Amino acid sequence: MSTSIKRGNVAGWLMAGPAFFLICLFLILPFFMAIWFSFTDQRLISPNEPEFVGTRNYERLFGMSLLTLDAQTDESGAVKMKDGEPVYPRLRSYTRDKDTYPEYFRKRQWFTIDRSDNRRTFVLASDIVFLKAVKNTLMFVAIVAPVQSGLALLLALLINQKVRGINIFRTIYFMPVVISMVVVSMLWRFIYDGQNGLLNNILGFLSFGYLEPVNWLGNTATALPSIMAMSIWQGVGFFMIIWLSGLQTIPPTLYEASRIEGASGWQTFRYVTWPGLRNTAILVMIVITMQAFTLYPQIAVMTSGGPLDSTQSIVFQMVERGYEKQDISGGSTISVFLFLFVLTISLLQGFLTRKKS
Amino acid sequence: MSMHTMSLGQQSRLLGRYLLLMFIACIFIFPIVFMMMSSLKPDFQLLSDTASIRAFLPVGDISLDNYRAAFDRAPIGLFIFNSIFITATTLLLSLFLASVAAFSFVFIDWRGKSFVLAIVVATYILPFETVAVPLLLLVNKLPWLSSEGVTWGWLNSYQVQIIPWVVRALEIFLFVQYFKDLPKDLVEAARVDGASWFQIYYKIVMPLSGPVIATVAILKFLEMYNNQFIWPTMVVQEEGYRPIMVGLQYFFQLNTPWGEVMAYLTIITLPVLVFYLALQRAFIASIASTGVKG
Repeated sequence: MSTSIKRGNVAGWLMAGPAFFLICLFLILPFFMAIWFSFTDQRLISPNEPEFVGTRNYERLFGMSLLTLDAQTDESGAVKMKDGEPVYPRLRSYTRDKDTYPEYFRKRQWFTIDRSDNRRTFVLASDIVFLKAVKNTLMFVAIVAPVQSGLALLLALLINQKVRGINIFRTIYFMPVVISMVVVSMLWRFIYDGQNGLLNNILGFLSFGYLEPVNWLGNTATALPSIMAMSIWQGVGFFMIIWLSGLQTIPPTLYEASRIEGASGWQTFRYVTWPGLRNTAILVMIVITMQAFTLYPQIAVMTSGGPLDSTQSIVFQMVERGYEKQDISGGSTISVFLFLFVLTISLLQGFLTRKKS
Repeated sequence: MSMHTMSLGQQSRLLGRYLLLMFIACIFIFPIVFMMMSSLKPDFQLLSDTASIRAFLPVGDISLDNYRAAFDRAPIGLFIFNSIFITATTLLLSLFLASVAAFSFVFIDWRGKSFVLAIVVATYILPFETVAVPLLLLVNKLPWLSSEGVTWGWLNSYQVQIIPWVVRALEIFLFVQYFKDLPKDLVEAARVDGASWFQIYYKIVMPLSGPVIATVAILKFLEMYNNQFIWPTMVVQEEGYRPIMVGLQYFFQLNTPWGEVMAYLTIITLPVLVFYLALQRAFIASIASTGVKG
């Protein structure tokens, strides 16, 4: 009886249909288009029909080769030296010669590894900027994910105490979360400024003028870490709230029991709090990782990928190619690559949460 | 526990705790205070004030000149209107379409339901960034019916900033999760009395759904007002349709007019902050609810 009451094929499709249609048109269709375009030479506007090009787009992004060379010697067999460094043959003779060395053609030097006895391995890549973007994004994820989630947990533990006025502090810690990352990035550009920046002045004051002013965003060593620090500042309140709701699911009786047993603060955390936070921990790590992978507005507003590509990110490169250069196929290839990353992370989440139950 | 009954040790521990809480609060609030105070100062004072505590105080030559100058530099009123229009339209459409879809998933049996639901669930892990580039090509070829008849291509319009954002899996989830906890017999009784599905939706279920409506509205508001940057940058070149975050580009130049920038940032941020402070419980509850179910 109840099944016939609940039956409604027409009503069901009418109600779910519009939402389903929009999801198909604006998420699923473009997702499959991205996969298809990544194997073609599709451009936004082009007089020619796009052609199937196989894996060429992927080769252009990821193409890498190793080239190990011996240092040059003079007639007597001694190693030629210049400025105290051994002299190596010019890379151009390898990377410009399509017939003799097709595998090195049009690649450029990414970095080198010095071997013993005057040998050097040159790591050549087709697209150094993209590989730097991947490296930076991975660094960003590897540092922001643990630091941000760790700090967020500390804040949550701090905020979870019953002292008067704690809500005011919670409200303040969460405040940057409701401010746009675009606004935050512009504001921090000024805070990080090399001359009149607030940060330099504060550091100078705290160290009694001992610390020299640093051009935080103009320096290859400090630009990406500065963006990391700001991103952590902006988002940590969000994860504090997620941790907090996890903390509040732990039954108070467990804490009471551990107090009666005479457990120390650390023991209580280790054996009561932390086990109760397992699923929250997985969720927090996954969400932070996903967010960190799509690093974009900070880069667009603060550095445009510079200085010297030290803050390039995957999504910034994707927009640069897909939109700025109207190279839809190149941008789509990066999208597919990004999706594979994200998919791996979600599968990992599925695996971690399933294992317990 | 009142102060009188505490030992000296407990009191000093409590004091230490408050000092720590306050120190951390400064880290979060000072940059925001700095932004607002700087927006009131002429550029030369703003720069010299960064050397002292004056950076956080409304002192010296205080005026609204930066706001006037910012409004002269960029059509800020237009940008604010665009952002509010895009945000409000998306939010209303989203609330309606997501709740109606969730209603059919929870209360109605229909052929194909599990298939549709599985596809919706799968898109949960698809970040917008991964479809932005092909979507740019797609919206360039979509038709639109206007007073001039059928036109092709959605670039430079409101609809291109609204329609692709209307439905996301998260919103449907939140409604589904909430509807599942509503008493089922209420719906079944109405059904037996001959109410149509749509009547049940808007007369019985929606009036009971205040909390989840607030949650979805807040999340959608933050997404649309704050985080619309990458997509409008790609699809809107005409000033007339630009949202407020993209309008910031008017201030990207060699010698940044920092006072005006701070005024612009304050204009963007103030409404959100007021909104947040007024409804902070609801804001925090909405963020917490995204974490309840993974």
